[in-house]
Amino acid sequence: MDKSLNWREYIITRLVKASGYSAIVFVVLIFFFLLREGIPALAEAPLDSLFGTRWYPIEGHFGIWPLITGSIVVTVGAMIVAIPFGIGTAVFMAEIAPRWLREILKPLVELLGGLPSVVLGFLGILVLSPYLRTFLNLPTGLTALAGSLLLGGIAVPTIVSIAEDALDAVPYSYREGAWAMGATRWQTIWRVTLPAARSGVLTAIMLGIGRTIGETMAVMMVTGNAPVLAVALTSIFHPVRTMTATIAAEMGEVANGSTHYHVLFFIGLVLFLISLVVNVTASSVVFKSRKRAERVLS
Amino acid sequence: MKFTRMILLAFLLTLTACGVPAGGGGGSGQPGSQPQTTAYIQNKGSDTMVNLALAWAEKYQSEHPDVSLSVTGGGSGTGLAALVNGTVDIANASRQIKQEELDQAKANGIDPVEFVVARDAIAVIVNPENPVTQLTLRQISDIYSGKINNWKQIGGDDRPIVRLSRETNSGTHVYFLEKVIRLGDKTNKTLFSTDTLLLPSSEGIINEVRQNPNAIGYDGLGYVPPDLKMIAVARDDTGPFVLPSIQTVNDGSYPVARDLYMYTAGQPAGAVKDYIDWILSSEAQAIVAQLGFVPNVLTPTPSP
Repeated sequence: MDKSLNWREYIITRLVKASGYSAIVFVVLIFFFLLREGIPALAEAPLDSLFGTRWYPIEGHFGIWPLITGSIVVTVGAMIVAIPFGIGTAVFMAEIAPRWLREILKPLVELLGGLPSVVLGFLGILVLSPYLRTFLNLPTGLTALAGSLLLGGIAVPTIVSIAEDALDAVPYSYREGAWAMGATRWQTIWRVTLPAARSGVLTAIMLGIGRTIGETMAVMMVTGNAPVLAVALTSIFHPVRTMTATIAAEMGEVANGSTHYHVLFFIGLVLFLISLVVNVTASSVVFKSRKRAERVLS
Repeated sequence: MKFTRMILLAFLLTLTACGVPAGGGGGSGQPGSQPQTTAYIQNKGSDTMVNLALAWAEKYQSEHPDVSLSVTGGGSGTGLAALVNGTVDIANASRQIKQEELDQAKANGIDPVEFVVARDAIAVIVNPENPVTQLTLRQISDIYSGKINNWKQIGGDDRPIVRLSRETNSGTHVYFLEKVIRLGDKTNKTLFSTDTLLLPSSEGIINEVRQNPNAIGYDGLGYVPPDLKMIAVARDDTGPFVLPSIQTVNDGSYPVARDLYMYTAGQPAGAVKDYIDWILSSEAQAIVAQLGFVPNVLTPTPSP
């Protein structure tokens, strides 16, 4: 059109490209920072202490296994709660609910997602844990189960919004085809729509897992923070200590550069790597299913 | 034309955003409306002492409006780490500075000076429904190290014991470990049992003890509300079982009492010195008693 348009175009293209690359740059920089501060832990803390089972840093016991198992137990429990509720709600909102109900439910679910986790943690201490103690006859209500229930509640809105969008994106013709073949509503949903939206639903679940593993405040208030090695099936009814709560509780007191400081960064590195693995698995599954779909359609 | 208008708008917005604080600061310079602050004192550390430090800061600032005090908690460990790093003027600690922290401070060119500003008793609390009323130090040590796991072993109901504690950055935690679990023996390496719940605040402990009949916890005397039951503690089986109070701490009969400290970087001077001198005066010590701690009855001298 005119010279100023070309010049504007040029600038905007460069800016957008820079923003895109900057995301990668930030992640890489964070990774290198964690590496720089965390790797010295392997040198400073004796390896049998670092991979031992006792976490008591002020006396030199740096066993991180109780923390890793604690995070895993709470996350698995949260997913057991969140996945059925999340996918179920998404299916209900996308497939079954009438339009007016959907218009009400969607903002309500978004509202639940906007609730600060500290508030939920507070409710957990005051309401959920006494209830768990009396209802399940446990010594104390401050357990991994309380943490899982709260985290499930926090992860559900994330899973619902993304899964619901994915289900929405499935072309209507898929459902029409299934109904034409005589499928019931449930058969259509379970065997046609959900598998077609599989990549979006899996992404939703992976994001839910990522959110859960990184959650700090709610678990710090409600899981009891006891560094117990959580490997048995009944561990969910015992207190646990997550990696995130450990970093949050102890980072303030460490002297810059001490062994404890490096071990905390090492834990951060482990958290980062777990999130990385979860995300890479998710995208590889999505990528694989997309390839298959392309093959089928072509 | 639209594009240039957008750029102009963005530019004006940034200008206003930069201009407001500068304009606000310059505009309120009327003489006599607010005294100029001549000194800032940063005070950080023990959560046990944070209410006390806040009360002192408020009283002092009301009498000396030219001094501005900022008080934060975070635990004794946090305060001492800040002192070692040189980011704070006064560190509050409910335990003595450790040798490693002293070494690190000296390596950074900082020489911590210790002041005993008050005393505190650690009360062992249980749920009001719990029939147990007295324990020896050895029994409390065995409970917290995991040797005793059921209340019936010490004369209570048949219930599992749920142990509550503060986090490891708390001076209260370290003090309890050294004086109660290890019974004051420096060579003892007993630790808290792994299933001790490490709660991030005193409020968490109070709350759990209040509604869980299996729980046992410990906390500073100033934080125990009247509806919770305190255990009378004896040094050994023969000794008298004493409940914590101002008298029993000051006459030495309550075995789990400790000093509360303030550390400065080097000998204090100027505003910091005035503040510390005021804290050690009878006016400030009266506030100590009001908050449930124990006033420091001796005339303290700073120890190197």
